[in-house]
Amino acid sequence: MQVSLAKRLTRAIMDPLDGWLLALLAGVFVLSMIALFSASNQSWAKIDNKLVYTALSLLIMWLLARLSPQTVMHLALPLYVAGVLLLVGVELFGITVNGSTRWLNVGIARIQPSEIMKIALPMMLAWYFQKYETTLNWRHYVVAAVLIVIPGLLILKQPDLGTATLVMGAGFFALFFAGLSWKIIIGGGVAFLASLPVVWNLMHDYQRKRVLTLIDPMEDPLGAGYHIIQSMIAIGSGGVWGKGWLAGSQTHLDYIPERTTDFIFAVYSEEFGLVGNLLLLALYLGIISRCLLITARAPTLYGRLLAGAITLSFFVYVFVNMGMVAGILPVVGVPLPFMSYGGTATVSLAIGLGMLMGIGKLQRR
Amino acid sequence: MKQAARLKDPHTEERQLYWRLLVAYLFMVLMLLLLVARFVWLQVFQYEHFATLAQNNSISLVPVQPNRGLIVDRNGIELARNYASYTLELTPDKIDNLDATIKALGQVVPITPRDLKRFQKFLSESKDFEPVPLRLKMDDIEAARLAANLWRFPGVEVKARLYRDYPYKELTSHVLGYIGRIGPRDKERMAEDENAANYRGATHIGKLGLEAVYEDDLHGQNGFEEIETDSAGRAVRSLRRTAPVHGNTLQLALDIHLQDVADKLFGARRGALVAIDPQSGGVLALLSKPSFDPNLFIDGIDSQSWQSLNSDWQRPLINRAIRGMYPPGSTFKPFMGMAALEAGAITPNEIRPAPGYFTLPGSSHQFRDSNPRGNGSANLAKAIAVSSDTFFYKLAWDMGIDRIHPLLAQFGLGSRTGIDLDGEAVGVLPSKEWKARRFAGTRYRDEHRRWLPADVVSIGIGQGFNTYTPLQMANATAMLANDGKAFHPHLVQKVTDARNGKTRLIEAAPYKQLPFKQQHYDYIKQGMRAVMLPGGTGWRLGQGLQYSMAGKTGTAQVVQIKQGAKYNAGALAEQHRDHSWFIAFAPVEQPKIAVAVIVENAGFGATAAAPIARALFDYYLTGKLPDDIRGQLETFPPSATGKQDASVAR
Repeated sequence: MQVSLAKRLTRAIMDPLDGWLLALLAGVFVLSMIALFSASNQSWAKIDNKLVYTALSLLIMWLLARLSPQTVMHLALPLYVAGVLLLVGVELFGITVNGSTRWLNVGIARIQPSEIMKIALPMMLAWYFQKYETTLNWRHYVVAAVLIVIPGLLILKQPDLGTATLVMGAGFFALFFAGLSWKIIIGGGVAFLASLPVVWNLMHDYQRKRVLTLIDPMEDPLGAGYHIIQSMIAIGSGGVWGKGWLAGSQTHLDYIPERTTDFIFAVYSEEFGLVGNLLLLALYLGIISRCLLITARAPTLYGRLLAGAITLSFFVYVFVNMGMVAGILPVVGVPLPFMSYGGTATVSLAIGLGMLMGIGKLQRR
Repeated sequence: MKQAARLKDPHTEERQLYWRLLVAYLFMVLMLLLLVARFVWLQVFQYEHFATLAQNNSISLVPVQPNRGLIVDRNGIELARNYASYTLELTPDKIDNLDATIKALGQVVPITPRDLKRFQKFLSESKDFEPVPLRLKMDDIEAARLAANLWRFPGVEVKARLYRDYPYKELTSHVLGYIGRIGPRDKERMAEDENAANYRGATHIGKLGLEAVYEDDLHGQNGFEEIETDSAGRAVRSLRRTAPVHGNTLQLALDIHLQDVADKLFGARRGALVAIDPQSGGVLALLSKPSFDPNLFIDGIDSQSWQSLNSDWQRPLINRAIRGMYPPGSTFKPFMGMAALEAGAITPNEIRPAPGYFTLPGSSHQFRDSNPRGNGSANLAKAIAVSSDTFFYKLAWDMGIDRIHPLLAQFGLGSRTGIDLDGEAVGVLPSKEWKARRFAGTRYRDEHRRWLPADVVSIGIGQGFNTYTPLQMANATAMLANDGKAFHPHLVQKVTDARNGKTRLIEAAPYKQLPFKQQHYDYIKQGMRAVMLPGGTGWRLGQGLQYSMAGKTGTAQVVQIKQGAKYNAGALAEQHRDHSWFIAFAPVEQPKIAVAVIVENAGFGATAAAPIARALFDYYLTGKLPDDIRGQLETFPPSATGKQDASVAR
C-alpha cells in the first residue's frame, strides 16, 4: 500500500518533467555547487542561498512543465506588451546603476524588464507565426522584425549591449525556425559586417574599450584587460587535470574578478582542468541535444518556434560566457547557465526550460 | 540557392524545419568545438607559460603611483605639497598570527595605542589581501631598523610613500580641503566612473575643498611596472615600465599673504571674509573662522580630535564663507538702490524725507530707523551714506517684491555663485513663489504662505527673509565695482598640465554683462564712497586713505527686538548679538579688490567688520601692515616667481 502511494507520488511529481533534461541539469548543478564552494572561499551562506533559489527554480520549472503550452501561449501577447511598456517605463523613470538605466521600481521590488523580454519576445513571435500559419507571407516577417527591434532598441538605449544582443538573438532564432529566407539571413549578415564601422561610432567609450582590450588585453593590463588576462592565466595554468578542488591559486589569491558569478568558469577550469571543461561541455551539449529533439517532435508551430528559440538562447549563454572567460569574446555581463551564482538568471532559465518541458510533454501523449 | 528554392514550398514545411534544426545543431557543435580548441590551446599548448605565470607568480604587474599635483598660491608659494617618508604595512592573509606579529614589531619600532586603533579601523575597511598601514611617517632610522628585521616577518613590508602636507594648516583648510584614505563610497564612485584602474594601488583621494573638486587634475595617471620575482615573491628585476603621469599643478588666484593678514586681523573672532579681484573673478582670499587643521584628516582622524571639532559650538568644520547664510543687513542697500534706479522707482538726486520711523497706510506698526531722530531728508546717495532705514523701507514698499526680485537676482543673490568648491549654499532672495514653497508643508497654514504687504518693507534694509552667504555678497560687490561684469568666482586661476607644461585658464572672461545703466553704477558707487567720507557711517575708517575706497556697513539682527524696546547688546547672550557686516571695494576708479566681511555677534558694521576690510586694503594696495599683527604673521618662503612679496610690489 505504502509503496504504491510513494510510487504514485513520485510519478505525479516526475511526470511533467523531462527525465533526460533533469538528469543532465542535476549533473551541472553538482558541478556548480563544487565550483561555488571553492569560488566563495567556502561560504556556506552562498551555498544555502543557492539551494534556496535552485529549489524555487525547480518549483517554477515543474509548474510551467505541468501547464499546457496552449494555455501558456495566451500569455504571449499580454506579456510582450507589458514588457515593452515596462521598458518604456525604464526609459522614463528607471534607476541608474553604473551609468546605465536597467531597473524599474514597481513599489514592492526593483525589476529588470529586459529580463522579462528574453522569454516574452520568442513567445510573442511563436504565437504570432502560429496565428498566421496558413497565410504566411513576407509581410509577417516584416512585422516580426518590428516586434524584435522595438524592445531591442529600448534595451540598447539603457545601454545594455549584452542583454540587447541576447533578446534580439532569441527573436532572430524564432524567425530562423519560422523559415526566414536564407537570402535575407546571409544578406543581413553581410549588411551587419558592413555596418560595423557605424556601430563603432555609436558605441559608448567603455564598450569600445572592452572591444579594444579584447583584441589586445596587454594594452590595458591593469584596467579592462586585467580580468581577461587573469582568467586566461587561471584556465591555462589548470592544465589537463586541474590543480584540484580548493587548490586554485589564481582563485584563492583573489586574482579572478566576479569569481562566483560571471567568471565562475575560470575557477572551475583552474581546479578541474581540460578534463573538467570537457565534462561540463558534454553536459551542456547533452542539454542542447535533448532540447532540439523536443523541438523537432513538437506538434505545433508555436511549440517548435518557442522551443527552438529557447534552445539556441541557452547555447548562446554558454558560448558567450565561456568565450568571454577564455578570452575570445568581449566581456559582456552574461552568466553561465546554472553555474553562475545568482537567483534571477537561474529562475529565468528555469522558466524557459519549464516551458520547453511542457512542449515536450505534449508530443508524448 | 538550392535550399532557398525548397524553403518557399509550403508542403515541405516539416522537412524545412528538420533541415534548419540540423543546420543549427551543426553550427552549435562547431562553436563548442571552437571552445574546446581554445581550451586545448590554453591548457595543453600554453600550459607551461600560464603555469609559470600563476604558480610562481613570477611576473607581477605593479601599479606605479603618480605624484599628486601641487597647489600653489598666485605667487607660486606651495600650499599643498608632497614629501617622502616610510610606512609599515601588513597584509593580513599572509600573516598567521596578527597580534603576535604586531607585538613583535612593537619591539623594533614604537607603536602607539593610536596607531593600533587606526590600524583596526583600516583593517575593518579593507580586504584581507590588501596591505594595511600600521605605522605612518617613519623616519630613516626606524625604516632602516625595520628593514634589517623584515626577514622575521612574512607579510610585513616597509614602503616609501609620498605624504600630503598642508603647511599653513588652519589658514587654508576651508579652501584646499584635504585628501583622505579611499573609502567604500569612493570605490563605488570609481566603479561608476569606470576609473577604478587608475586608482589601483592608490590609497588616498580628495575628499573636500579644491582637493576634491579638482581630483581628476590632481591625481594624475597610473603607470605600471612588470616585475620579475623569485619564488619567495621578492623582486628580481624590472622588465618593463610605463611611467605614471603626475598630477597637474593648480595655481590659485588666492594670495596666501593676503589670506594670512585677513586671518590675523580676525584674531579669535568668528566670521568669514571673501576678497575677489573684480577684474577677473579670481578669489584673492577666502576665510572662515574658526578653522581646523586639515592634516588631521589625511590618515584618518582620531576619535578624540574628531569629537572636539565636531561638538565645538563654534563649528570650525563649517565653511562659513560659502555655507553660512546671514541676513545682509544694510550692506543690501546699494543693491536695493541699484534696483530702484533701474526700475525707475526713484531718480538720482531726487530728495525724499528720511524720518525716524515708517508706518504702512492704515497701520500703527512702526518700522524704526536705527537713528531714532531720523536723518532729515536725503537723496539716494546720501541715504546709502548715512544708512537711512526709513528711506529704504519706503523704496521697497513703492517697488513691491515682484519688481525687486528679478533685478537683485541679476547680482547672483539667492543663487549659487558657481565657485569651484562643493557644498555652496543657495541663500534666499525672497519672492512670492519662494514664500509659498518655503511654507508649503502641512505644518503651515495658508496665512503663512501668503505674501503680506508688510513682508517687503524690512527686505528693503536687508532684513526679513533675506539671507546670503559672504561669498554671494563679495561676488555681488565685485559686480557692482566692475560695472556689471559677471564672473563665477574661482579659487583656481590656472591648471598646468604635468605632461607638457601647457596651462588651462579657469574662466578668463566674464560670462555675462548685467543689463544696467553705466550712470546708475556711477551713482551707487558715489553713494558707497560717501560712506567712507565725513557724514557717512564708515567715515572714521575713511581717514588717511592713500587710495579711494567705497564701502557699506551693515548690522544683521540675530533676534527680533520687541516693539518699543531698545537693542541693548549687554543684555543679550553673545550668540544673540548682531552680526557685523562690511562690503567694500578699492580703488573706486579702477577696482582691484572687492571684499565682504562678516564678524559674528560683534555688533555694528563700522566697529568690527569695517576695520578688517580697511586694514586688508591698506596691505593689499600699499603694503602697509598694522603694528599689532606684524609679529603674528606666518613666514612664507620667497615666492617662486621671484618677487619677495608680490602684494607690496603691486
